[in-house]
Amino acid sequence: MSEKILKGKAHKLGDDINTDYIISGRYKFKTLDPNELARHLLEDICPDFYQKISPGDFIVAGENFGCGSSREQAPLAIKYAGIGAVIAKSFARIFYRNAINIGLPIIITDTDEINQDDTLLIDLKKGAITVCNREKTLSITPFPSEILSIIEAGGLVEYFKKYGGWRI
Amino acid sequence: MKMTDAEKIISSHCKKEVKAGELVIADVDFAIAQDGTAPLAIEVFKKMEQEKVLFPEKIAFFIDHSAPPPNREISALHKLMRDFAKKHKVKLHDVGEGVCHVVTTEKGYVKPGDLVVGADSHTSSYGALNAFATGVGSTDLAAVMASGKIWLRVPEIIKIILTGKIPEGVYSKDIILYLMGKITSRGAVYKSIEFEGEVIEELSMEARFTISNMAMEMGAKAGIMRADEKTVKWLEGKVEEKITPVVPDEGASYDKIFEYDISNISPQIACPHSVDNVFPVEKVEGTPIQQAFIGTCTNGRLEDLQIAASILKGKRVHPDVRLIVAPASRTVYLEALKKGIISQLVEAKAAVVTPGCGCCVGTHNGIPADGENVISTANRNFKGRMGNPNSFIYLASPATVAASCLNGKITDPRRYLNE
Ligand code: SF4
Repeated sequence: MSEKILKGKAHKLGDDINTDYIISGRYKFKTLDPNELARHLLEDICPDFYQKISPGDFIVAGENFGCGSSREQAPLAIKYAGIGAVIAKSFARIFYRNAINIGLPIIITDTDEINQDDTLLIDLKKGAITVCNREKTLSITPFPSEILSIIEAGGLVEYFKKYGGWRI
Repeated sequence: MKMTDAEKIISSHCKKEVKAGELVIADVDFAIAQDGTAPLAIEVFKKMEQEKVLFPEKIAFFIDHSAPPPNREISALHKLMRDFAKKHKVKLHDVGEGVCHVVTTEKGYVKPGDLVVGADSHTSSYGALNAFATGVGSTDLAAVMASGKIWLRVPEIIKIILTGKIPEGVYSKDIILYLMGKITSRGAVYKSIEFEGEVIEELSMEARFTISNMAMEMGAKAGIMRADEKTVKWLEGKVEEKITPVVPDEGASYDKIFEYDISNISPQIACPHSVDNVFPVEKVEGTPIQQAFIGTCTNGRLEDLQIAASILKGKRVHPDVRLIVAPASRTVYLEALKKGIISQLVEAKAAVVTPGCGCCVGTHNGIPADGENVISTANRNFKGRMGNPNSFIYLASPATVAASCLNGKITDPRRYLNE
């Protein structure tokens, strides 16, 4: 999460998008290569999703995004597919942890205010989303400071490398 | 301050009094990972530039999700786990030992009051042992291997009180499916659940694990139960340390309290494609099935196989159905062999596969064809879960699965109870 401003197009999904939908177990168990996983992102519910997105685009979902298994391959596949951030009304807890730990920005806001194909500008420092094509601004629920320090390091790997262990 | 059991356990693991909502770094008593998550945890551990697993005796790896491995890519990941475990003296449970959550409890790795994390979402199972146990990711697990600690947000608690008399033909799986329908898949996100009441007290330890196992399907971080004589007796011979149960304070603060009387519920079925799409069996009876599966960390224990065998013994599975049975562990398998349960199942035409996750997660061992219906004792029925997005998964108790096998369609197990 090093860049403070993110810009991209919104790809809308519904509620309860589970980790089996994000990346099927058919691939998860086979490989550790996140680029390979990324190619199959969401393919069981949105065929060709990977082809439809451009780097920096956003996944915009409803409640409980990432429910299901603890597979970290889910946020990894999203990150390596080039998605800039996931925006949802709420996240499942293990997905939330995993996203923070790997440095994938996740944002909680009322996503009913965002339409498919809207162009969004996200300022993480200021805590705001601008819907460029409709001149609308949405506020973001901020992270607790301890979590922000993991995100600012770029995930837990970088955090551990930087501090040699827990700093909090 | 009056504390919930989660607050008590987490407080004792970060040496200060904590309350719901706080973010803490807590000591971990035990941590597990399986072959779907451990390889990534190992990679991350290396990327963190860590040399040493701090407390190897507190870490266990399990090869259960794709065991034995169905292809060489997975064999390579298993080898990675074995090599790492050997080098760092981490416990390794290899092909054939069984599903991580079942083996962990059989081995006595968890006791009341412990804080346990697992790179597997159904780590919540150990809540039945009065422990705070929660699923985490591979990076978390790497951090635990490196530091013995984890970051946690102290959860708010939903208390679920279960009252009434358990009806005949209704099992703990039906009770948790019934609760799933009420509380839904996102009813407990970021929260934990405390289960209590006469119904829980009535259930065996094996049956209690089924409920804590599926607490996470409501989004919960943990699903904790009280420790009673049954808990203590169950731990005898498994855990050597003194057992000190954790009891929440009278007057602790709860996010919500629900009370359900289960005296009049029917066997329950979770229909495709979500675990909270639950109906009483009467509503779905007659739905044809082509595959049935008995096993998993939810319902692959001895008691479960015994219940299924009591319905199947002396009969034969319907010719249009294939029944796959995966005993949840080698211990369960051996016990079931000794008791003649396995021969009853095999005589009824079951295909028994290696102890482990079996076909639960769609890696091997019984991937359904397009358009097929499966009835399973597992905990998840998401689209594609068993390896084919064009199949349909119904979740039920071992009794309902066994009864349905005989008829080739979803069947109320109460029809077979007094035969
Ligand atoms: S049996 Fe199924 S739910 Fe349980 S650990 Fe294995 S794959 Fe996961």
